[in-house]
Amino acid sequence: MKIEDYLNISPYSLSKRDKRKFLISELNKLTQIHYEGSTEYKSILDSYNKNFFNYDNYESFYPMPVRLFKEFDIKTCKSEEVLKVLTSSGTTSQKVSKIFLDKETSGLQTNALVKIMQTYLGKERLPMLIIDSKSIFKDRKQFSARGAGILGLSNFGRDHTYVLDEHMNLDEGLIKDFLNKHGNKKFLIFGFTFMVREYLYQEAINKKLKIDLSNGILIHSGGWKKLVEKAVTNEVFRSDLNEIFSLRSIHDFYGMVEQVGSIFVECEYSFLHAPIFSDILARDPITHKVLKFGQKGLLQVLSILPRSYPGHSLLSEDIGTIYGEDDCKCGRAGKYFKVHGRLPKSEVRGCSDTHASEVVTNK
Amino acid sequence: MNNKKIVEIFSKSLGISEEIICDSLEYNSIPEWDSIAHMTLISELEDGFDIMLDTDDIIEMSSVSKAKDILGKHNISF
Repeated sequence: MKIEDYLNISPYSLSKRDKRKFLISELNKLTQIHYEGSTEYKSILDSYNKNFFNYDNYESFYPMPVRLFKEFDIKTCKSEEVLKVLTSSGTTSQKVSKIFLDKETSGLQTNALVKIMQTYLGKERLPMLIIDSKSIFKDRKQFSARGAGILGLSNFGRDHTYVLDEHMNLDEGLIKDFLNKHGNKKFLIFGFTFMVREYLYQEAINKKLKIDLSNGILIHSGGWKKLVEKAVTNEVFRSDLNEIFSLRSIHDFYGMVEQVGSIFVECEYSFLHAPIFSDILARDPITHKVLKFGQKGLLQVLSILPRSYPGHSLLSEDIGTIYGEDDCKCGRAGKYFKVHGRLPKSEVRGCSDTHASEVVTNK
Repeated sequence: MNNKKIVEIFSKSLGISEEIICDSLEYNSIPEWDSIAHMTLISELEDGFDIMLDTDDIIEMSSVSKAKDILGKHNISF
């Protein structure tokens, strides 16, 4: 089967064995492509003095620390093939990740996203409320992960309505008009988790606004870091939105800028699911040993989509727990997991992290 | 007539001159036809031809010629 055929089957349909077989063969090919195409990636693998090719298991693929994309420009495609550069939002650290996308990778990413989201939203595009400001697209060639996220999701919407101004003030009039027009049928809401909480929910509470989102499907993303500081857990977030807006269909969406296309969407039972294009492992943060289901660890993300940069096997800085595979109550096949938060900065970093960084620097 | 109309819509939505619009013009091959402009293009096509495109249509619309094929499915002939 080719990767294009793979994009045409349901993204949560393959059992463990079939999925693993296809993914491993693609990941081996990708290791080769990136080894030949990226001098940085090659020097990192070479420095380990071991064979990184022709594996028959996930555990052996080199887990590239995502931090390296912050420190270096790492790409496999030629400079003239770069279609766009994605950057992380960079609000929590000075350095931002730079991810280089060529036409192929960008296309695969869009296709994968469509297949995944269609299982939640259907094929028909829905009227779309965006909890953000249009001003985010000022620079069109280089936009942040936030902009890329909004654009990616915009494919599923119509009548896109941005309800915040550039100072993040909520325009109640726009929401009211939107709901008068579309509120009595299914519609889509997209926003970053923190912004939904602060600029929609809090604002509605403060101003005692009555907004009925009972026909809405909220897709949100961006992580819990800022909300956890305010003691807002996923459960609190969901139940508050339910209470104030009668909003019941709520799906978190996990994906770092470094792993475009490897998108994990929260199911009806609050678990994130690995689609057929990607898989996930949890490793001990110190020893990097692969952990069993139920054990909390550093998440490693495998994906067959990144062709223009070596992002097919990434060690994230996120802590999560994988609960099982192929047996979630929602019926979707694949591993299911939760993300608990970011690895604290004070925690000792895995030694491979520092090592890889030194190798590229001294090259 | 539909040919003229689609060229006008492309020109207006992407902000490009009508002369460069041909069947082989591809999405992302010029800076003006990027993912942001694509959204504008889709909604102008929907309004202009009075149709509703679904998610698959807009993902598949990778060139002017593809756009015509997709509109063809909605009984718009060229």
